[in-house]
Amino acid sequence: MKPAKFDYYRPTTVESALSLLDESGFDGKIIAGGQSLVPIMNMRLSTPDCLIDINHLNDLDFIELDNEKIKIGTLTRQSRVEASAKIKEKCGLLSEAVPFIGHVQTRNRGTFGGSLVHADPSAEIPLSLMASGGSVLIASKDESREVKVEDFFVTYLTTDLLPTELLTEVHIPVWEGRIGHSFQEISRRHGDFALVASACQLCLDDQDKISRVRLALGGVEAVPLLVEEVNQIMAGEKISEMLLDKVAEIVKSAVDPESDLHASSEYRRHLATVLTKRTLQTAYNRARRSM
Amino acid sequence: MGVHQVKLTINGKTVVEGVESRTLLSDFIRDGCGLTGTHVGCEHGVCGSCTVIVDGAAVRSCLMFAVQADGLEIETVEGLSQNGELGPLQKNFKECHGLQCGFCTPGILMSATDYLSKHPEPTTRELKEMLSGHLCRCTGYDGILKAIQKTVEENKETIS
Repeated sequence: MKPAKFDYYRPTTVESALSLLDESGFDGKIIAGGQSLVPIMNMRLSTPDCLIDINHLNDLDFIELDNEKIKIGTLTRQSRVEASAKIKEKCGLLSEAVPFIGHVQTRNRGTFGGSLVHADPSAEIPLSLMASGGSVLIASKDESREVKVEDFFVTYLTTDLLPTELLTEVHIPVWEGRIGHSFQEISRRHGDFALVASACQLCLDDQDKISRVRLALGGVEAVPLLVEEVNQIMAGEKISEMLLDKVAEIVKSAVDPESDLHASSEYRRHLATVLTKRTLQTAYNRARRSM
Repeated sequence: MGVHQVKLTINGKTVVEGVESRTLLSDFIRDGCGLTGTHVGCEHGVCGSCTVIVDGAAVRSCLMFAVQADGLEIETVEGLSQNGELGPLQKNFKECHGLQCGFCTPGILMSATDYLSKHPEPTTRELKEMLSGHLCRCTGYDGILKAIQKTVEENKETIS
């Protein structure tokens, strides 16, 4: 299993990377951590003519807190995000999600932005971002733009990114107040792709009623699914057995997962309801404990 | 598609070679440098047997191109022995039945070496999580875990 031939470029500035990307168009591909790209190249499922290696663009490797927003550079290694005290404090959901990605050894190399642009429907970073809300910054040779996470994922392994564009950084809003979060997933073995994953972040008012909630499910649709209907009916409510049952019913009819070797559609739908209840309850309990 | 000149350090030794861009780091280490201690299993990042330490982090060498390692420092299993003697972790693998066929062993040794350097007193759970990135079909992992934990204890004694 060896990759097909390709040209290799290693720019040292973002500008030169964007120029190279512009010149190579559909034939070019960015490589960062390579933890998803290299396997598919080894299997020759992908045979790009040209690889543009962004591992030397140190400007894209950062974690910053700015105006109640966390900014993460696209090249930031997943292991750095996992270990970041800043992220643990300001976006606990992400800290909880990252250890589910692959293994220690792949997180050492895999990047934050790489996971987003690969856009596997069961991947942890896209799902957490969907639950926390936020946006991605995208640059090409001539312009840059910001895309909300809700508009970024298009379908399986496909995003809003054009072949000449580079995702440069990710902005995640810091939620204020009595916040709770939870990330849970079921996989056949530790480190495998999730069969179904669930992420939730919520905020309570001083009477323990939900003032804001975002629940998102992974592995059930072609893109991470923000369950809008659930998020709407839970506003102003306290979590109860009855409410969770109602939410589970909504999730059951809202998702239509595919069957594959690893799990049937029915089983995935069942997992979606179970994980929904678990994440909501856990996030709620955590929020209640915070003053 | 030409040949790229790379200069990198493997186990403290500087290597200068020409490599094709598509040459995987794992193949370069084995075929280009003759260091066949690094094993190649699945070639898609799942089995962990090709794990080496690159600039102080354990990574899959089958998921990197050799050309990407230009200017970097690589440590392979050959770097663990001292003057022809097994290193402490290797000795404990031998004593605790941490291997049988030995195919997965070099990768696990490199992961464990990197992990212990950053987490000198890991919990059993943390070690199992680290080992989940490696497939071993002989030992059932029990001996591997014991060997690593024995090394942790010995390291503590050396420090105190």
